[in-house]
Amino acid sequence: MIGALNLKLLRDTWNIKGQMVAISLVMSAGIAVFIIMFGALDSLKLTRDTYYDHYQFADVFASLKRAPQSVAKRIQEIPGVARVQHRVVFGITLQMPGLNEPATGKLISYPDSGEPKLNKVYLRSGRYLYPNEENSVLVDESFYIAHQLALGDKVSVIMNGFKRQLKVVGVVLSPEYIYSIAPGALMPDGERYGIFFMGRRSLEAAVNMKGAFNDLTLKLERNTKQETVKERVDQILKPYGGLIAIGRDEQVSNFFVENEFKQLVSLGWLAPIIFLSVAAFLVNVVMSRQIATQREQIGMLKAVGYSDLDISLHFLKMVLVITACGGVVGIILGIWMGVGMTELYAKFFHFPILKFSFSAEVMIFAVFACAISAVIGTLIAIRNAANLPPAEAMRPASPPVYKKTFLEKLGLHRRLSFLSRIVLRQLERRPFRSMLSAIGMSMASAILVFSLFLEDSMTHLVNVQYELTQREDLNLTFVEPRPKKALEEIRSLPGVLKTEAFRDVPANLIFKHYQKRGAITGLGTDPDLRRVIDENLAAVTLPEKGLVLGAKLAEILHIKVGEILTVEVLEGKRPTLQIPVVALTQEYIGTGAYININSLNQLLDEAPKISGVSVQIDDNYAAVLFKQLKQIPQIVGLNIVSVLRRIFDEIMAENLLKMVTTNIFFASIISFGVIYNTARIALSERARELASLRVLGLTRKEVAYILFGELGFIALVSLPIGLWFGIILSKAMSSALETELFRIPLYINNSTYGYSVLVVLISALISFYLVWRQVESIDLVSAQKGVE
Amino acid sequence: MDPARQPNRHFDYSFKTENLKKIYLSGETEVHALRGVNIEIPTGELVVLLGPSGSGKSTFLNIIGGLDTPSIGQVYFRGKDLSNLTNQQLTLYRRHNIGFVFQAYNLVPSLTALENIALVTEISNYPMDPLEALNLVGLGNRANHFPSQLSGGEQQRVAIARALAKQPDVLLCDEPTGALDSETGAVVLNALFDVNQKFNTTCIIITHNASIAELAHRVIYFADGNVSNVVVNQVRKSVEEIKW
Repeated sequence: MIGALNLKLLRDTWNIKGQMVAISLVMSAGIAVFIIMFGALDSLKLTRDTYYDHYQFADVFASLKRAPQSVAKRIQEIPGVARVQHRVVFGITLQMPGLNEPATGKLISYPDSGEPKLNKVYLRSGRYLYPNEENSVLVDESFYIAHQLALGDKVSVIMNGFKRQLKVVGVVLSPEYIYSIAPGALMPDGERYGIFFMGRRSLEAAVNMKGAFNDLTLKLERNTKQETVKERVDQILKPYGGLIAIGRDEQVSNFFVENEFKQLVSLGWLAPIIFLSVAAFLVNVVMSRQIATQREQIGMLKAVGYSDLDISLHFLKMVLVITACGGVVGIILGIWMGVGMTELYAKFFHFPILKFSFSAEVMIFAVFACAISAVIGTLIAIRNAANLPPAEAMRPASPPVYKKTFLEKLGLHRRLSFLSRIVLRQLERRPFRSMLSAIGMSMASAILVFSLFLEDSMTHLVNVQYELTQREDLNLTFVEPRPKKALEEIRSLPGVLKTEAFRDVPANLIFKHYQKRGAITGLGTDPDLRRVIDENLAAVTLPEKGLVLGAKLAEILHIKVGEILTVEVLEGKRPTLQIPVVALTQEYIGTGAYININSLNQLLDEAPKISGVSVQIDDNYAAVLFKQLKQIPQIVGLNIVSVLRRIFDEIMAENLLKMVTTNIFFASIISFGVIYNTARIALSERARELASLRVLGLTRKEVAYILFGELGFIALVSLPIGLWFGIILSKAMSSALETELFRIPLYINNSTYGYSVLVVLISALISFYLVWRQVESIDLVSAQKGVE
Repeated sequence: MDPARQPNRHFDYSFKTENLKKIYLSGETEVHALRGVNIEIPTGELVVLLGPSGSGKSTFLNIIGGLDTPSIGQVYFRGKDLSNLTNQQLTLYRRHNIGFVFQAYNLVPSLTALENIALVTEISNYPMDPLEALNLVGLGNRANHFPSQLSGGEQQRVAIARALAKQPDVLLCDEPTGALDSETGAVVLNALFDVNQKFNTTCIIITHNASIAELAHRVIYFADGNVSNVVVNQVRKSVEEIKW
């Protein structure tokens, strides 16, 4: 038996279905976003952890110039090292049909028999390499798909100055390259960067590394202190040109994946908190109204013997019914969009399988959090209902207290019509309530601004990066630093209009007990193609001496201008330098440290060298230039900035478009939900009064002016509040999304403000129209009796 | 002799009040609704409370019914002091002992006639069958109608059935015929009359209509927050005999 009180609950809830639907949709938005973000996070984490576990992803990684294989045995003997895998890794250039510019890639040695001990590969199709098989490779899936290769196809590569044809026999995925990006790039580009696995003996012979290795990965025993092992590895590999050993946290692919996790967590909390706060506010308004309307019924229920607890639970159940509806819709939406989100991730994160994880805990938590926020939102109203003495509850409520308005006291009321004075008195009678309604409505425009700012900011970021900072057409990186004359070689190539050399020096950056592995970049005094910009987006002239640090790097190292940074250089003579920080700079991407290239060369105490060249080219000679560039074996990295930008734009457009569309959808729901509820409740409270005015002879239009005059005023006041609050939320989001890789600037176009205002106004008009239809249908007689 | 202490045929009393006072706030005004009422109401009587608007009749009814608490003084139900009961205790008192009938019926609009009665029977210790209660007031055939589908008189009869369904010791009626025409009012009064006769339920009825006083065993006159007179009817009229 359902019980009479529960029957009342269900029917009362049905009676306010319009408002209930509006609130449920707002709740569902919050729940859905939570499920999407944390569902994606769970999926990614579980998949990654399983992948790493099954395919023996290493704990420590080290690169070096060259060492005999016997050195690997000494590494194995380090206490705490479980397994060691030494490899040969070589950068290559590829000539792919249909691609003017050269693609680049990495060739990684594959054991001639058996599997690798660490970083095993997953075979998607084809087969593994046969023992001692020559000129055959396994290729990573994204490159394979991007070039529509088939098993048995041959790819043309230039390695160590020689051209070779390599046959594709298998398509693989590697845990080391879940996120696979070329050196100097930020986005994966399967078309221009590929990972290949070649038989060890074959590769050794091709690159003159017989009996040697230049790359090492380690698995550690449980509870081993990683830092101790890394220090020992560094010591052993230093004579062999070893770069500093890194852990998983600094391994490029894992770093990007972890970064993504952090952003998911930020988004997963921030957006739902906002949506659920709005929902709690709406529930409070609706339930307060319900309780006010049912005041006499509450009195009767108490009179016949229902306790305060019974009354409280009755209204709490109504809140929970609304939450349940929101929860069901939210879960369905969350799962549906979560699957879509996971599919999107699968394009960038290369896992063997990536499925959206339907985590019951995430869903339960989301719905539970929603219920708690709704209950908290209505606690005061429900408590008031419970505490209402039954006798008082059955008495009609005291007439509302009206006083002369502020304008009337100033004598300005004579300028207002009689109807306007009614509107004004209504607004002034309950200023707190009017303000609360304005704040509620302001959430609509706030959320719209917040939803759209990301697109504005990312567009701004891309413009700053590719129009103010990275202004070259091409970015060439050499396999190792070359003498300054290499610049002349590049300058002499056809189609080259302008060149600027740069020197990237890998280093350990230390300040007090803070340290970060990174690089120092040496640039010309007034670089034009590759610029350093300040917070006003103006180009910075690099001082003759001293470091200019990106603000994020300075924050990580806790270092200020004027303080001395210790720089442990990881190549060449490997000096340890003490360089003062002379300025900070604005950067949205990466964590850069910049210095005058001449100063850098002096500090390194060696002949001037360059790591690469930024190039401006004549597009008419692009094809010819690329052909020549393909022949230069020393070039290991080649980024075409226009392509980088295009990929960035495409990826951002695809990702952002989906996210922004989703946000606008949810924001519009909230916009309509808040405004409709406010209007609907205003009508509910004023129906009797409006009916009385109609009976007295006021026309429908005049009555509409009284109702919508108040609402319209509140809506207009809510707009600037909402826009301001939207900026606050956007700022919070911008901070929440900040990572080492990216800083999302707070940048909001005027069009965003305009669009937000427009959506709110349209929502208001639609809401007012729907409410107006109800005003038109008020039964004047019933309304006089106070029947709703 | 104090009119409130007239001798009566019953030694048992349902209610007894001593210096009962009630002061409450209405908006910004302090209202002295009761100014020291001393009275006894015997068990099993049909008692009418008469008096002009604002004389304290409803306040008195609310206090003896446990809907409100006195500001000063004592109120006893069968020897039990109600003045110091907790909220929870008053709730149980109302649940098990008191049936209310209000002028505005106070039916739940979203429940049918039968469900409105079930609302009360579901929490009572000794409830009647809801349909039986409806039949008592002659509305068994309207069980599945919502209040909006019933006339004023029918709604009031459903309210009476709801009050009766818990088989209360006392029935408190605040202007039960106030919103009804004379013919419908007569039907409602007959129902109350029958209840009092058949079940010996103490019925206390507030009314403006002095003719209704002729139905009662005892009439208590209220004026300015106190009892001004108590009249025991030696001869009672039937509903048909009174002139509206």
